[in-house]
Amino acid sequence: MELLIKLFSITVFASTLRIATPVILASLGGCMSERSGVINIGLEGMMLMGAFSAVVGSWFFGAWTGLLLGVLTGGLMGLLHAFMSVTLKANQIISATAINIMAVGLPNILIPVIWENHYGISPTVPVIADINLPLISSIPIIGDIIGHQNPIVYIALLLVPLISFLLFKTKLGLRIRAVGEHPLAADTLGINVYRMRYIAVTISGLLAGLGGAFLSIAYQSQFSSAMTAGRGFIGLAAMIFGRWSPKGALLACLLFGFADAFQASAQSAGVPIPPEIMLSFPYVLTLVALVGLFGKIALSPAANGKPYYKG
Amino acid sequence: MKKNFLYSTFIDNDSVFAFIKAILGVFFAFFVVYFILLATGYKPLPVFAALFKGAFGSRRGFGETLLSTTPLLLGGLGFAVAYRCGLFNIGLEGQITMGGIAAAFFGFIIPEINPVIHVFICIIAGIVAGGIWGFIPGYLKAKFGVHEVISVIMLNHIAFKIAAYLVSMQGPMKDKLDDMPASPFISDSAKIIRIMDRTRLHWGIFLAVGVAVLIWLLLFRMRLGYKIRAVGKNPFAAEASGISIKKHIVLTLAISGALGGLAGAVEILGVHYRLFAAFSPGYGFDAIAVALLGMVNPLGIIASAFLFGILRSGSVFMQAMYGVNKDMVSVITAIIVLFMGMSVPIGIMLKNRIKRNSNGTVD
Amino acid sequence: MAAIVKMQNIVKRFPGVLANDDISIEVEEGEILCLLGENGAGKSTLMNILYGLYHYDKGEIFIKGEKTTFSGPGDAIDKGIGMVHQHFMLVPVFTVLENLILGSEKVKGLSLDLNSSKKELEAISDKYGLEIQLDAQVSDISVGMQQRVEILKLLYRGADIMIFDEPTAILTPQEIEELYKVMQSLRLLGKTIIFITHKLKEVKEISDRVIVLRDGKLIETIDTESTSIRELARMMVGREVLFRTEKPEVETGREILNVKNISALNKRGLPALKGLSLNVHEGEIVGIAGVDGNGQTELVEVLTGLRKISSGIITIDGKDMVNKSSGQFLDAGTAHIPEDRLLRGLILDFPIYENLLLGFEDKAPFAKGLFLDFNKVRSWAEELVKNFNIKTPGVNVNAGTMSGGNQQKAVLAREFQRNPKVLIASQPTRGLDVGAIEFVHERIMDAKKEHKAILLVSLELSEIMNLSDRILVIYEGEIVAEFNYGEVTETEIGLMMAGGEDK
Repeated sequence: MELLIKLFSITVFASTLRIATPVILASLGGCMSERSGVINIGLEGMMLMGAFSAVVGSWFFGAWTGLLLGVLTGGLMGLLHAFMSVTLKANQIISATAINIMAVGLPNILIPVIWENHYGISPTVPVIADINLPLISSIPIIGDIIGHQNPIVYIALLLVPLISFLLFKTKLGLRIRAVGEHPLAADTLGINVYRMRYIAVTISGLLAGLGGAFLSIAYQSQFSSAMTAGRGFIGLAAMIFGRWSPKGALLACLLFGFADAFQASAQSAGVPIPPEIMLSFPYVLTLVALVGLFGKIALSPAANGKPYYKG
Repeated sequence: MKKNFLYSTFIDNDSVFAFIKAILGVFFAFFVVYFILLATGYKPLPVFAALFKGAFGSRRGFGETLLSTTPLLLGGLGFAVAYRCGLFNIGLEGQITMGGIAAAFFGFIIPEINPVIHVFICIIAGIVAGGIWGFIPGYLKAKFGVHEVISVIMLNHIAFKIAAYLVSMQGPMKDKLDDMPASPFISDSAKIIRIMDRTRLHWGIFLAVGVAVLIWLLLFRMRLGYKIRAVGKNPFAAEASGISIKKHIVLTLAISGALGGLAGAVEILGVHYRLFAAFSPGYGFDAIAVALLGMVNPLGIIASAFLFGILRSGSVFMQAMYGVNKDMVSVITAIIVLFMGMSVPIGIMLKNRIKRNSNGTVD
Repeated sequence: MAAIVKMQNIVKRFPGVLANDDISIEVEEGEILCLLGENGAGKSTLMNILYGLYHYDKGEIFIKGEKTTFSGPGDAIDKGIGMVHQHFMLVPVFTVLENLILGSEKVKGLSLDLNSSKKELEAISDKYGLEIQLDAQVSDISVGMQQRVEILKLLYRGADIMIFDEPTAILTPQEIEELYKVMQSLRLLGKTIIFITHKLKEVKEISDRVIVLRDGKLIETIDTESTSIRELARMMVGREVLFRTEKPEVETGREILNVKNISALNKRGLPALKGLSLNVHEGEIVGIAGVDGNGQTELVEVLTGLRKISSGIITIDGKDMVNKSSGQFLDAGTAHIPEDRLLRGLILDFPIYENLLLGFEDKAPFAKGLFLDFNKVRSWAEELVKNFNIKTPGVNVNAGTMSGGNQQKAVLAREFQRNPKVLIASQPTRGLDVGAIEFVHERIMDAKKEHKAILLVSLELSEIMNLSDRILVIYEGEIVAEFNYGEVTETEIGLMMAGGEDK
């Protein structure tokens, strides 16, 4: 009983939010990109590059500039993916895989160039500090869970309805979705298919960059090689689980966040399961969640993954 | 008519473009890295020279080149088989890990016996373990429609965690007599024999080349390979002609994973002689570039695996000589993958160029 | 009257094809102009150029006397040009309203202003008498309504030059009449209409003038009144055309295909076949007539092992075939000409010999243990290419580089090679030119002479009526009527295709 209380303490829920944040941002990025018809398994690499740039920016100019740099780098990666897959019509999975490979290697090259005698891991940099929400933090329980968090956590939570609004209630969103479902139809109505996809994939990169920046200058205070540890892919799985909708994806992300927070608290509570096995819990859960979709018709945008050729 | 025939049988044959494209890709990658080196304050040409000197300049260096060629070749073949079936197996790193675990286990648990039998048992164990790790995403895709790219990434992480656990302090495969997080050494009879003095090069390279020929036969001469390619190019037409999509997805990913498992087993039995957590330095990811650069043709992959072997072994020397991080190689890898991914525009560009030349002017 | 559209010396090249070869046309204001030509003659290409969808290599375009260049359809829409495409340009998962406003959205602040668009659209559809449910999802409405949505799309954008690309292909004869009426009333309201078709009868019925294209070239511009169907046919095809395939008298034999009360779902999980029954005998051609989307695709998939049924019986020559695999269907004696040869029929990136091998790879003499004898495959393929008169530089050429007609011949060659008991032919002549259509029809007749049982599914009513011994009409997943050859008129069938007398 005591163990159970420990396992489901308020800190678990609070850290659920923190852990879910980068995954939420990745899954929002996934929604943007794939709704426009571009598969983006490069979210992982975009996050990683974002995380690295954020640390560099934070080291030289302070945390908030670092955040901006991280977001912009993610956007730049998105732009690269858009160029490859929209303009050059490369296989979208190959293009994204290249981004993922590059994102592992490039920081390792640059770290020793920027910080002498550092390899694979950056020095500690200034972070974006947690804030107190004035009124909410004084509410019992709820205040303990959401009252005292990192600003990026709040930004991520706000972005969920915002991206949802963008996709489903605005002119731009209607056009992005049209391009992802039936690009030729959109083209016949004078909509620039390429431009829509560029916009969507770049926004996707910006979001991933934000997620990466959160990891390196908020959740942690340094960059380490491959620190995203598959979160971009988990975000993608959450997006599929949420059927390409931001709100659905949010729920899936919270579930994964909880799984991760739970394993961490179980570990510290001394549950006799080896930590390595506990650490694999979120990955196993992701697999199980995807299998759980079986039988339900979760159709992806009809033109997802298909390059569009103009006549 | 004559020209037309020539054009369609020879020029239109993908292999010519494939070759030109691959060469262009490598040059392009070095071209970009040239500027990255310049920007980060190195002299590019001596760095490149060191790269090749490291790979060829000494007996040891050359041995190391062929040594890293081995798992790259096997991994590249694994990726290629799946790719030919329209599947994207970026889970080879996990499959290599599982193969390595299995081979190490049978390597040290069985005492000294006949070396041929022992190596054979360990290799089969590796193939089976990798095969299972490939079968799972195949089954999940066929039965539940789970996209293989996501499931293999999850399985990669799970495999890494399993390996880490097995050799961790309380792990069941941990060598109790050693402080290192590693398994006991395998029996001498499980070690693959070395073939070059003063190098670590072992028989695995011949095995890998043999497997490449076998996979070529499989893909282009055997019934199974024909069906695999048919499913890969157009699953709907294949299905309409009685070829089961699901069966071949599962089978192909199992074969692909088995090749990864074989790579892992050979790495353990021929190089490390014991299991430790991250024994593969990303061979499974390089395998993607190897396969794409080799135009997913086993014979091409032999050549591209050798090239990546050069990069791998040369980069160590390059780092020692000039302090350029050996991860520069992964940037080269990424750029090659990017370039090979641009198949459509480059292919069209090349074809138009040749077409124009052979048909005279257009107007 | 003044020329509202003038296209001069238009040249458009696709890789390997000269789609438009120096074509000049003029369209007069307020007329209905027919653009007549076979599949591949270049008429859709020409109109896609006028609509700004394709860029052209040479030539000039004048709209209302003004020289114009389009960078995309947006520019054409601004000039008052609208086009109803052959394949509807509608997003299936969007509502009708969303489809209508796409690209011309009204906004209030940041968000879409659906209400004011809706009011405006309701006013327009009332004015033209177009009955449309604005809030329905496109995938749920009938084909006829989808076409009305396309027309409303044009009107909403203020188009006065309206291009219709083969608009009748998917309609019942009654719906075609309705469409004609709409077109006439549009003309009365001052719209100019360009009507693309390959059906001669339609030209005579609706148009004021005809422009005939063949092989990318302009053949003739002529007033409709001063020509005949026979003359038009000759101009379109370039030779005399027989309008009817000789139908051999063949004694029908025992029942081969028997289908009783089958039900199946479509790929969206909705009921597509609802207790359908039919049978086909040796030497008999049974035609399935119906409007697209009434279960034909699913029926063919069920009968070739590509879709599972939830209830019912299927037997081939007495053998139970319920939910057997596609391979088992082939083994039981089925051959299949798929409705979409590019999707189900061929592997475009495979050479011809590997395409012809599909389904034979496990059989003698090609299979040798685990291996395939590709030399045998090649020489066999060369023979088939000769027998079926497939025009190709060799069997090593990828199927994707061949013309549609030759691709279909390759499919036919392979499927007839199976020596089937029953041939399932789904839209076997879709998108082919007259020569290829004749070839396909002759082969189907040959199969009949060889006492094959043949199930012919087609959206071309005339094809069904000319070839079939028995005609079954499919409507919403059921067979609603059965007729014998020669005992029925197009109008009667059309009525049944729309769901029977009560409609």
